[in-house]
Amino acid sequence: MDQPRGRAFYLLAAIFALYVLFLYGPTLTILALSFQGPSGGLTFPMNGVSTHWFAKLWEGVGVVDIWAALRRSLALGLVVMALTVGIAFYAGLAFRKGFRGSGLVFALAVSSLIVPSIVVSLGIGLEFRLLDDAVKALAAATGWGFLQDHGTLMGLYTSALGAHLTWTLPFGLLIMFAVFNRFDPAYEEAARDLGASGPQTLRHVVVPILAPALVGVALFGFTLSFDELARTSQAIGGRNTLPLELQGLTTTVTTPEIYALGTVTTAVSALVIGTALGLTLWLQKRRARRALTGL
Amino acid sequence: MTDLALPAAAPAAQTASPAASPRRRRRALAYLQAAPLALVFLVFLVVPLVLTGIVSLWEYNEYEIIPALTLQNYADVFDGCLSADLCTTVRTYLSTVKFVVLTLAITLPLGFAIAYFLAFHIRSGTVRMGLFLLCTIPFWTSNVIRMISWIPLLGRNGLVNDTLRTLGLIRAPIDGLLYSDFAVVLAFVHLDTVFMIVPIFNSLARIDRRLIEAARDGGASGAQILWNVILPLAKPGIAIGTIFVTTLVMGDFVTVGVMGGQQIASVGKVIQVQMSYLQFPAAAANAVVLLAAVLLMILGLTRMIDLRREL
Repeated sequence: MDQPRGRAFYLLAAIFALYVLFLYGPTLTILALSFQGPSGGLTFPMNGVSTHWFAKLWEGVGVVDIWAALRRSLALGLVVMALTVGIAFYAGLAFRKGFRGSGLVFALAVSSLIVPSIVVSLGIGLEFRLLDDAVKALAAATGWGFLQDHGTLMGLYTSALGAHLTWTLPFGLLIMFAVFNRFDPAYEEAARDLGASGPQTLRHVVVPILAPALVGVALFGFTLSFDELARTSQAIGGRNTLPLELQGLTTTVTTPEIYALGTVTTAVSALVIGTALGLTLWLQKRRARRALTGL
Repeated sequence: MTDLALPAAAPAAQTASPAASPRRRRRALAYLQAAPLALVFLVFLVVPLVLTGIVSLWEYNEYEIIPALTLQNYADVFDGCLSADLCTTVRTYLSTVKFVVLTLAITLPLGFAIAYFLAFHIRSGTVRMGLFLLCTIPFWTSNVIRMISWIPLLGRNGLVNDTLRTLGLIRAPIDGLLYSDFAVVLAFVHLDTVFMIVPIFNSLARIDRRLIEAARDGGASGAQILWNVILPLAKPGIAIGTIFVTTLVMGDFVTVGVMGGQQIASVGKVIQVQMSYLQFPAAAANAVVLLAAVLLMILGLTRMIDLRREL
């Protein structure tokens, strides 16, 4: 591959550059337009530069409590992130050892990606509705007081959480496969030979080596959850996440306020992801330093 | 985090210790470690799908769903399909499949070109990682935001129309840019190309470079190498990317809604509307049909490519 750059290189480089422009163009436009002056509209030209629409946003958008929705989305995203890392990591370990039925579990994970989101969403919605009906029937049959004012089992940390996990876990699992493929078991054997127990090997050898990849899984989990819309739509219950509120707002809000909201949400995810990436780099650096000093 | 391994490469059981008891404990531990994952998929995928299948066979009225078997929901889905005119369901599916085909026609060559560029033309690993990151950063913004960000560009008074008018190329603004089939496909390409790039890149990265050297030494031209060596070896990635994009577009109701100005029919939209009117059995029947359609398409794709052998 060490030949001079040919025509193909420049052609492909041009395609790549255009694609990146295509990816970023629209987002940058709304980033710029969110700083539209007070009398500006949804399109160019800019009527001055101001933070007017951010101030409007701060006061709230119509009847929707956008900040509560943002908090809900963030909280759910963090919970999904933690669970995705934990579950995918242990599943990765299990697949490495091999167990009967591993093929089936893997097929389930893949089908979770292939089944259209709206179908998953509908199924989970139905499941919880039927559960609610069952609880109500039970309450009527038994007369137990604590069942009487049962509302719904659907919620952010039940049905919506499950819906998100069906989306984040397959990705997490695939990343774990990629990681364990490159993981040298010699490290573990060395630890075992030195008398480390299983949990000790895991904690002091495996996890530190895999830390950057685990941060990657975490990132994937958070972003996928923070953006998730289709799977949550029928499985969320009464309180909406941010993407759902946003989808509703696209038809009702006709001011740059919605662009300001776009800028804010982008900034939030950039912050979370930036922190995680920084953490990875720091972990790698620390590991390199420790390797050097022999600590 | 970008090079996902293909499932077949997942390591199976290897170095089990000779003693029987630790081995049994090890296996028990594996079950324990896999249990949470299996449980999540059981509760939130298998059971919901089974329930959808069951409820699709139930009766319903305006107030409740009634657990009594009927095929009426399926009859409703295909109502009028046996007559000469196309029924609503068939028209909806045709419209959805049209979007699938158009989106694939763009994302596949585009994704391949980008993956090829990254895998074969970028020599430094760091640069490659950086360029990859560049492609994924926009995904940190919500889908909906990325969709509405086309409004200032494509709208009646948007940047594109304004530019064309200033240049004197058009007199009246083009209306069909936004809220049209064009806008929907554009948004799909915008949102989904990355799902093509990653698996194809993954396949390309695993190609043994010596094969290409050998082909070149054997006197093959660049085009011949691409067509006879690289493309066949990239097939699994292409298949996975295609399956991804197909599924995403088939089940979509948000992109079609927002970019089509809520005017274009899509299968996902039908299900969503029926859910909002609490017609669960009808929605379930539609979901079962959609799932069957998607599985058929995937089956067709895997037949064409013989994924199992490629993996």
